Amino acid sequence: MTDPTAAASAGKMETRAQEEITAEGHGARPGGGADDGKQRSLWGDAWVSLRRRPIFIISAVIILFLTVMALFPGLFTSVDPTKADLSLARQTPSADAWFGYDQQGRDIYARVIHGVRASLVVGVLATLGTVLLGSLVGLFAGFYGGWLDAILSRFADVFFGLPFVLGAIVILSTFNPPGTPYGPVRIIFQVIFSIVVLSWPVTMRIMRSAALTAKQQDYVKAARALGASPTRIIFRHLLPNTLAPVLVYGSIALGTYIALEATLSFLGVGLRTPVVSWGVMISDAKELLRIAPHMLLFPAGALAVTVLAFVMLGDAVRDALDPKMR
Amino acid sequence: MSEPILQVRDLVKHFPVKRGVLFRRTIGQVKAVDGVSFDLNKGETLGVVGESGCGKSTLAQVLMRLEPATSGTALFEGQDIFSLNGSALRRLRRDIQIVLQDPYTSLNPRMTVGDIIGEPFEIHPEVAPKGDRKAKVRELLDVVGLSPEHVNRYPHQFSGGQRQRIGIARALALRPKVIICDEPVSALDVSIQAQVMNLLAELRREFSLSYVFIAHDLSVVRHLSDRVGVMYLGRMVEMGTEEQIYEHPTHPYTQALLSSVPVPDPSLRGQREIIRLTGDVPSPVSPPSGCRFRTRCWKARDLCATETPPLVDPGTSPVEGATWPGGDEGASHPSACHFPEEKPKVVA
Amino acid sequence: MSTEGHPAEPPNESPLQDPAAPAVVQQGAEPLLAVSGLHVEFRTREGVARVLNGVRYHVDAGETLAVLGESGSGKSVTANTVMGILEMPPAAITAGEIRFRGEDLLTATASRRREVRGEGIAMIFQDALSALNPVFTVGFQIEEQLRQRRGMSRRDARKRAIELLDLVRIPNAKGRVRQFPHEFSGGMRQRAMIAMSLALDPEVLIADEPTTALDVTVQAQIMDLLAEIQRERNMGMVLITHDLGVVAEVADRIAVMYAGRIVEEADVHSIYRQPGHPYTRALMDSMPRLDQRGQELNTIKGLPPSLTAIPKGCPFHPRCPMAIDLCREKDPELLPIAEGRVSACHRSDELMRDE
Repeated sequence: MTDPTAAASAGKMETRAQEEITAEGHGARPGGGADDGKQRSLWGDAWVSLRRRPIFIISAVIILFLTVMALFPGLFTSVDPTKADLSLARQTPSADAWFGYDQQGRDIYARVIHGVRASLVVGVLATLGTVLLGSLVGLFAGFYGGWLDAILSRFADVFFGLPFVLGAIVILSTFNPPGTPYGPVRIIFQVIFSIVVLSWPVTMRIMRSAALTAKQQDYVKAARALGASPTRIIFRHLLPNTLAPVLVYGSIALGTYIALEATLSFLGVGLRTPVVSWGVMISDAKELLRIAPHMLLFPAGALAVTVLAFVMLGDAVRDALDPKMR
Repeated sequence: MSEPILQVRDLVKHFPVKRGVLFRRTIGQVKAVDGVSFDLNKGETLGVVGESGCGKSTLAQVLMRLEPATSGTALFEGQDIFSLNGSALRRLRRDIQIVLQDPYTSLNPRMTVGDIIGEPFEIHPEVAPKGDRKAKVRELLDVVGLSPEHVNRYPHQFSGGQRQRIGIARALALRPKVIICDEPVSALDVSIQAQVMNLLAELRREFSLSYVFIAHDLSVVRHLSDRVGVMYLGRMVEMGTEEQIYEHPTHPYTQALLSSVPVPDPSLRGQREIIRLTGDVPSPVSPPSGCRFRTRCWKARDLCATETPPLVDPGTSPVEGATWPGGDEGASHPSACHFPEEKPKVVA
Repeated sequence: MSTEGHPAEPPNESPLQDPAAPAVVQQGAEPLLAVSGLHVEFRTREGVARVLNGVRYHVDAGETLAVLGESGSGKSVTANTVMGILEMPPAAITAGEIRFRGEDLLTATASRRREVRGEGIAMIFQDALSALNPVFTVGFQIEEQLRQRRGMSRRDARKRAIELLDLVRIPNAKGRVRQFPHEFSGGMRQRAMIAMSLALDPEVLIADEPTTALDVTVQAQIMDLLAEIQRERNMGMVLITHDLGVVAEVADRIAVMYAGRIVEEADVHSIYRQPGHPYTRALMDSMPRLDQRGQELNTIKGLPPSLTAIPKGCPFHPRCPMAIDLCREKDPELLPIAEGRVSACHRSDELMRDE
């Protein structure tokens, strides 16, 4: 993984330049929305503007659809995703099986539908965990600085230095040695845990550098001069101004995490049959790409649509939180 | 003369210069403010002028308790600012406020104007009951000359001058007695600058405020100040009424500073004497011994390198050989120079 | 010392018939640098900002033209357009001419423009720290041009760089040439940038707020230096600034800009004595002065117009104390109001009659 800090700060400079053009070119221009006498705030305004964005609506519909699929797969298919019929192995899509059959003759359509649950849970929870943990640690490290920052940063570096796959194998095989009869729920949470533990330093670094920049702004000085508490400064002043790069990273990372789950499954330390996940399907299809491309195409396509939906959502939220983009 | 509301004595602020990543060691001190004393009287504006790096902004930060002082005292209504903590410090925040220089970074871009000006009331809920706050915010917007309808706008929708007005409204919200203005107009265009300066003058009258007005622009300082202190490399080198400093400066630095200001009158071109200083301001890490201005001063003698001139009225100068050159009655004022001397017609 | 750069005033007829012609034209000779009818737009998400709306000015050898204006007036955009360093897009030049020694630079080839840049016209910027590359030594940055453009050897270039740093009075130039920009103080950095801009002996120097970021005592040094270099080399200088004080001390002629156009142009003495445009007059009145402690400053009410919606008629009319109905209807042309002076105001003759 590369350090995305540089990219984040480059983005910031661009916005600054944009801002100058706007400020110079327009002076005071009438504000968005009518002044209806009610006082509004950032989050309320962001919600109002989100609801008007087609990108947000499209992504929200896709995500809602996926969620329903995860909760009630029976609504979309009645085929048992684990039922194998070797005589149907690797058959291409047909009217009977829209997405065809896999190596062991299982219905790929049913498996894609049933795989949503595990993939979505891993992706969303791992992203949430990484973003929350990394952001909090990064915010505190950036705001307080000094020895606290030094300790937290070195601590993060240790995790950052661990190669992901190696680290995950160590964690998962410790908690979950081969042959142990743990249920899928437990394994899913172990996978999420190992992803969070090994990836939070990235968000921490992004957040820390954003917080370092924001901390030096005069508005933080003004807030301190008013007597604002550190908590207030961190959550009212720093957080809204540092969230954007983390959101962008988080929405891209979500896809990576779903794929990571696949890697772990492939290595035999992650989810395994009978649990169905896109990751398991993609890793199954890898070697058969030339013989049966449809085995890869459909789960990978579903993954791509999911990731795209979350990236769009992240973008829309980021823009909505930026008053200049409204 | 009215009683002082703020008394600063021997204020020192040194920033350690550190090297090393893990084991940071201090390799020197930036002597940003090095023994500054002054009084601010009630209802008065004290101008502080000086070039960049003279310590005037650090002075503001230390007085606002944004940076801890290294030593010295500052009494606000008899109470030492630097010894306050907890709720007493919070209480002090209501009495002393600051207006910052850059209207583009001093307002949180992701807060509405209503939230920005309302924040003081959230931090100090005892000042205004919750129900009153909205009305108060609108009133403040009106006071600084903005439309109360603008509460739901964001800072980027305003021009520089309007943003500075928002910053002033925020500083004014808690009804402070003292406002420290740290270069409040230097980022603004001339025509807008005049509007904001007029506003500051008007507010001072209306709310009987006292200002510490920090700026590098000598004309701006003169326009608003009753008394003026001139800073050079962390020290106050001359202090007096606006008239004393601008019409009868006795410190060579003040004289050079005043004569360098370009005069907007082409007919005076080549006719007025301009004292051209050579070189740059020395580093505040290792300032010159004795008088800090001596390295750029045309009057420097051996004495200046060995003895630090105190900021005293030359009428009572302890240094032998120093004489008050006469001049107007009442023009005598403190000047930290061994050889203070009035120069005729520094300001055209 | 401070007389106007032109030997003789032209009869006033000829420039009037051609609105695109420079405001004050010398008889016979082509001005060194002449901008005329320059229109530039910025196409942004918020709409089209009309940043320049027919700017015209010229500068002759040995003359200092001050371009005075507030932020957003287009003074820097004009300079960047002349230098050919305008970022396009979002900017687009929609009309106009920039003639350097009679040659239109806007229609010139890219390689010809590069040639003119540096050798013909050079520019110095307000923020020397960001205008110099932090990872190269100051010497290297000066030498690079000399080696690339003049084909000098490494040694000759180093020698010339030291000479140039000497010329701008950087003490110990020999040692300084090996230092990086961050090792220079603000004033020294500005001097280094001036040295860099002089490397190829330009005929016109555009100085964009060269002293705004500096302290007054250093500002005086830099302005002296610029004036001296200009005199010695008989360069034309375009000084872009918002500081009425600096202008009064060094300029020969002044062009005042507002909302992307020149609203007044005159020689420095007469404009300070009697401004011929209400905006110029208001600017001068709103300035706090060192020799005065007024109670209330005169202000210009309101704000400069948004460049995406410049008001109909005279762009200054919403803020003008003298505005009449005509001003709201008709955009005033830049017309002669006295010998060698032009102003874009319907009521300039009244201004000239006052006092």
